[in-house]
Amino acid sequence: MSTAPAFEDLLRGLAPQVLGALVRRYGHFDACEDAVQEALLAATVQWPDEGVPQNPRGWLATVASRRVTDQLRSDHARQRRENTIAARAPRGETVTPASDADRPADRDDTLTLLFLCCHPALSPASQLALTLRAVGGLTTAQIASAFLVPEATMAQRISRAKQRIKSTGMPFEMPAEAERADRLSVVLHVLYLIFNEGYTATSGPHLHRTDLTGEAIRLARAVHRLLPADGEVAGLLALMLLTDARRPARTRPDGSLVPLEEQDRSRWDQAAIKEGVALVTDALAHAPIGPYQLQAAIAAVHDEAPTSADTDWRQILGLYDLLERLAPNPMVTLNRAVAVAMVRGPDVALDLLATLDADDRMARHYRLAAVRAHLSEMAGDRSAALADYQTAARRTTSLPERRYLESRAARLRDAR
Amino acid sequence: MKYILLIYQNPAAWETFAEEERNRVMAEAGEIMEELTQSGEWIGGEGLADPSNTKTVRVRDGVPAVTDGPFVESKEQLVGYCIVQCDTPDRATEIAARWPDARYWAMEVRPIMEPGGEEM
Repeated sequence: MSTAPAFEDLLRGLAPQVLGALVRRYGHFDACEDAVQEALLAATVQWPDEGVPQNPRGWLATVASRRVTDQLRSDHARQRRENTIAARAPRGETVTPASDADRPADRDDTLTLLFLCCHPALSPASQLALTLRAVGGLTTAQIASAFLVPEATMAQRISRAKQRIKSTGMPFEMPAEAERADRLSVVLHVLYLIFNEGYTATSGPHLHRTDLTGEAIRLARAVHRLLPADGEVAGLLALMLLTDARRPARTRPDGSLVPLEEQDRSRWDQAAIKEGVALVTDALAHAPIGPYQLQAAIAAVHDEAPTSADTDWRQILGLYDLLERLAPNPMVTLNRAVAVAMVRGPDVALDLLATLDADDRMARHYRLAAVRAHLSEMAGDRSAALADYQTAARRTTSLPERRYLESRAARLRDAR
Repeated sequence: MKYILLIYQNPAAWETFAEEERNRVMAEAGEIMEELTQSGEWIGGEGLADPSNTKTVRVRDGVPAVTDGPFVESKEQLVGYCIVQCDTPDRATEIAARWPDARYWAMEVRPIMEPGGEEM
């Protein structure tokens, strides 16, 4: 993914549009999706030698159409051979008529496709995989390598998702107005998960995973372009940009994690910060407030502080208060506790954390122990901090996090 | 999240199984593998040769010492593993509970460390 030549961006931008047009014309999402993948592959092979055609979209559509009709024809022939009883209907009748074949070529079906790929009837793993292939135009091998699973496993997830779309007869159309908001929130969550999968990757052998953040941003941009008035879409895009802006500073060359307060802020991507701040500022001014906008606003406050000491923690706390009211969840409480500690001191924050011990989801979570360790350290209770860092290090299932937590624990132990 | 399911078996007891029973156990495991492949949860897995083929390697003062037999001598030995990717830890234990060896001996479910992480 990272070595993609310029035309690959063009190809991948066209992929959902070509697929949308094909599905409208022929139905058969499953066969159309395969055909578009083959057309993309053909383009990757031919365009570097023969040059990009004058009408790349038309070229892809023609190649893909030919594959679909061939496929449907041979499926049909097989079916005919297998079924000796009835006289078969003429071939053309099994193909969905192109009722809207004359629609303008610039019609963008990206959103409809996203709604289909992120259908709630599909498993989360399938939603992610299918979105990246059908909308993102990535190959199964690329997706598998980004998610660190064998290609066969990823191929199975994609084919299962397509089977499910086929068997449940999910239509290729925008969801009804009444369910659109809920369906959009699933789409946004899938994009968020794709982003996070890439963002949490550290350097070294897993660098290719970080391309997932670029892919998630590209898709979020496409959704924002199609739904410019939606505040949460803008909020999610802003959150991604404002988070990704810090990526160059979040790990050391050896892959170890650098906490926010120790990051070299001169390495943050100022262009991304500027774009993210503008997006979230505009969304907060014009759209109903939502969780992505608030998280983006929090990220913006961090990103705008020239040094860690300049961070406007009062404003961050205010935003967390709002977020907790709007979308209460123990992770928000945990993050809010950090802001509380910075504004009102660690003791108040530790009292707040104690309320999470009763929450089953959190009590055994490494993040609770990690935050408590951090706050105890702030409060000067080194032995409690040491014990909690060790607990957190044992509980996390992330190698770089364990390394970070172990080094915090070692620092306290050595200072005794 | 990826989990490794470690399959423990008592090889001496396994040898006493009737062939029919051994076949049933193998077929059952095969069916679960097929089902996990279909669901997109199967990442990989292998069976291990009999523990009598094991060599344990220790290096002391730069000198490797190779001994025959497993690191931990016990009746139950590691005889195979599966790696699955599941949405929840409960799903991983559910799979382990269906594995036939769990009825006779034990399955151990262990999360696999992830290479990525969040800065704090």
